Amino acid sequence: MRRGISKKRRAYIALMRALMGLSAGLTAALVLFLVVYVMAKGIPELSWDLLTTKPSYLRGTIGILPDILNTVYIIIAALVFVLPLGAGAAVYLTEYARNKRLVAVIEYAAETLSGIPSIIYGLVGMLFFCSLLNMQTSLLAGALTLVIMNLPTVLRTTQESLKTVPQSYREGAFGLGAGRWRVIRTVVLPGCVDGIVTGCILSIGRILGESAALLFTAGFAHAIHGFFQALEHSGATLTVALYVYVKEAGEFGVGFAIAAILMVLTLIIQLAAALAGRYFKRRRGS
Amino acid sequence: MRDSKHALESVIHGAFLLLGLITVGCVLLITVYLILSGIPAIRQIGLFKFLFGRTWASTASTPQFGILPFILTSVYGTAGAMAIGVPVGFLTAVYLAKAAPPAVKGAVGAAVSMLAGIPSVVYGLVGMLVLVPGIRTLFHVPDGASLLAAIVVLAVMILPSIVNVSVTALEAVPREYEDASLALGATATETYFRVSVPAARSGIAAAVVLGVGRAVGEAMAVMMVSGNVANMPSLFQSVRFLTTAVASEMSYSSGLQRQALFSIALVLYLFILLINAALNFFLKRGKEE
Repeated sequence: MRRGISKKRRAYIALMRALMGLSAGLTAALVLFLVVYVMAKGIPELSWDLLTTKPSYLRGTIGILPDILNTVYIIIAALVFVLPLGAGAAVYLTEYARNKRLVAVIEYAAETLSGIPSIIYGLVGMLFFCSLLNMQTSLLAGALTLVIMNLPTVLRTTQESLKTVPQSYREGAFGLGAGRWRVIRTVVLPGCVDGIVTGCILSIGRILGESAALLFTAGFAHAIHGFFQALEHSGATLTVALYVYVKEAGEFGVGFAIAAILMVLTLIIQLAAALAGRYFKRRRGS
Repeated sequence: MRDSKHALESVIHGAFLLLGLITVGCVLLITVYLILSGIPAIRQIGLFKFLFGRTWASTASTPQFGILPFILTSVYGTAGAMAIGVPVGFLTAVYLAKAAPPAVKGAVGAAVSMLAGIPSVVYGLVGMLVLVPGIRTLFHVPDGASLLAAIVVLAVMILPSIVNVSVTALEAVPREYEDASLALGATATETYFRVSVPAARSGIAAAVVLGVGRAVGEAMAVMMVSGNVANMPSLFQSVRFLTTAVASEMSYSSGLQRQALFSIALVLYLFILLINAALNFFLKRGKEE
């Protein structure tokens, strides 16, 4: 087959194939380097004391337990709001909205939201939640800022999954005399569980990695609180703590320890997202 | 009974309408807030002096608020990141979408989504400890924290956006186009680049624009490697981006200085809105094709 090909063409093909392989190889090597480097630097820094204490000025020790707790709290608080809001908006768009114009406006708004840089969310969150609504710098203000940020993610994943609920299910339910709300409750919502779960996983990943939006909304305190108490107080998440320890205190060891934790969590989330995707696909197929 | 059921339905309809409108409300909130808080400083400083002033000295005894260094740094930094990230991302995407064997595709695809998931502070940390000293020794400059370091970090960070969107566009190219090209005697590789890529050009353009948006908006990673001094951009100088200009002075600013930071955020927001409009244009055109 290759016999009739001129030298020039053969050179072009070889060049393009080489460039493609090189680029893909470079991308894969980059990821491998990042994971291995962060793990190699970070895991030796991890210790039981680091993970289970809070920083102490008296003893001059650093502990990241408060930051771990804050991260968990802020994820829970943000999800509690964003999942119903995002899923509800998706239900409206696919089940209720008849006005094409309105749908287009809402979808454009969602796209705009997903393009806004996190530093701008942080700024507006600071002005709106912390100052105007008088929440001060607190985990709740940070969580609410993250709610706005993750709204488009949950909206999109739920919308995708609603589209896969067969129209005939809805028609069948309507045909049996069910009202729209009943149809949504019994037929539509069970069908969008996978979208909500996927949106949930993606949001957790994004919140875990977020820092710029939290610096000025959730702040960087390292105190240990219970869940509801913590929401009223300022607190650093793992990413913010990494930034503060590295940039302001020059504590690179702690930075790498946190980075290694974040890396492991990111890997877990990637795995969870992939597994969930595969599971839902298979279930839909059968 | 019927009426009450009807009433319930309307209430629920109203509730869902409200939920649907939340995204619109959020965009309006952000826009209104940025305009309201961004305008006063611009009026006080003067639009021209603000946008084209070459000196930012917010804490000097006679403060100067020119943000041209930030604008140019953001533009140059993004352009530099695109110059590295687009070719690599584009070629990776063609490979993944068309040429890669399934196992390789799975592995590299997973690597790309991992790249998207790594928090930006981790990029910043690795950049600080690998890239910055590397640049210092490689180019014999006094400090490696520079525009170049930021460009490299941004190039890596935009890769996943470019790869993922391009792969989606390339996979949507109708099989018939490629079959026709193959039947006419083109080889597989020629078909990818001369038939599939042109057919997916709108989607690839969208991928590039998305990458631009990511690069312009990134703050933390850039803050950690760029040195954060308000110089006019130069490859080996310490620089400050629009995003980092907002972040770096926010915690201790007050008065006109603080308001000027809001104005910088407004300028950044306008850039992002423009980029979003371009993104939408390409996505829509891609769908029509």
